[in-house]
Amino acid sequence: MIVAFSAAAYVYARDGWDHFRAILLSDAALLVDMLPKVLGGCLIGAFVTLLLPREKVARWVGHESGMSGLLIATAFGIVLPGGPVTAFPVAGAFLLVGADAGAVVAFITSWTLIGHARTLIWELPFMGPDFVTWRLLAALPLPIMAGLLARAALRTGLAKAP
Amino acid sequence: MSLAISLLLWIVVGILMVIAGMRSRGVLTEGLRHGGGEVLRLLPRICVGVVGSGFIAEAMPKALIVPWIGPQSGLTGVLVSIVAGALTPGGPVVGFAIAAAALKSGGGAPQVIAYSTAWALYAIHRLVLWEVPMMPARLVWLRASVSIPLPFIAAGLAMALGKP
Repeated sequence: MIVAFSAAAYVYARDGWDHFRAILLSDAALLVDMLPKVLGGCLIGAFVTLLLPREKVARWVGHESGMSGLLIATAFGIVLPGGPVTAFPVAGAFLLVGADAGAVVAFITSWTLIGHARTLIWELPFMGPDFVTWRLLAALPLPIMAGLLARAALRTGLAKAP
Repeated sequence: MSLAISLLLWIVVGILMVIAGMRSRGVLTEGLRHGGGEVLRLLPRICVGVVGSGFIAEAMPKALIVPWIGPQSGLTGVLVSIVAGALTPGGPVVGFAIAAAALKSGGGAPQVIAYSTAWALYAIHRLVLWEVPMMPARLVWLRASVSIPLPFIAAGLAMALGKP
């Protein structure tokens, strides 16, 4: 917030009122455009929280879950709503009910990179649909890679199981 | 495109509301209340973030952006972006405002993708402030270390895909 205000003050001081107003108006138009998306994203998050069977998902990503465990964990990361306050405790709970560490790594990576909440509410309005589509395509395989790398690190003894 | 996404989004909302309504009336109203409350809570931050990002873009030294992380900056630009991403503090407002500003001021898209991927995966302040207190530390460091190559891969894939 401090950064935003000082940037605004700097632009005002450097370029004067007309330029300042032009930027303000174009940003305000962007804001109006994004509001329905933010509302939609928040509603999706709220309903997914209420309807999702978390315990069932936890059982699907156990130690012997293999590739399908990683895929399920990735999909769960995409649909899980909310910020770090929701996601990290869910990941911790997964470990407690016996989820595989690779699946938990895939889940967190997926949630942070291609999770719908961050993408719809934050990234889309700021970055625009073209950029977001491009980035999502590039990020899609990463949660699986992270899960496989984590499993490999555990298997070869480079890291110890949590 | 923007309209199509809004439409798709609201179709999903509609489907979820129908499913919730079929469970019970209570689930439907609770979902609406939670979702609405979340919007009101986020709104001030989004306003400052969106309006601020325009000014941050204007204030950013364009003369530095293009040579450092412009489309011609290649692997060095990707590396610079990743280090910047890991060091960026704050929530989504700050990260995306900076990324949007860099893109507007002439940063290359693969470089900006590397920045936001690194920031999402291992922004140092988030590891320490959020993740370590809520999860076994060993898992956090395992996750962070296997994530180190991912922003490079994302940037590489983005370059390979070309502009959509």
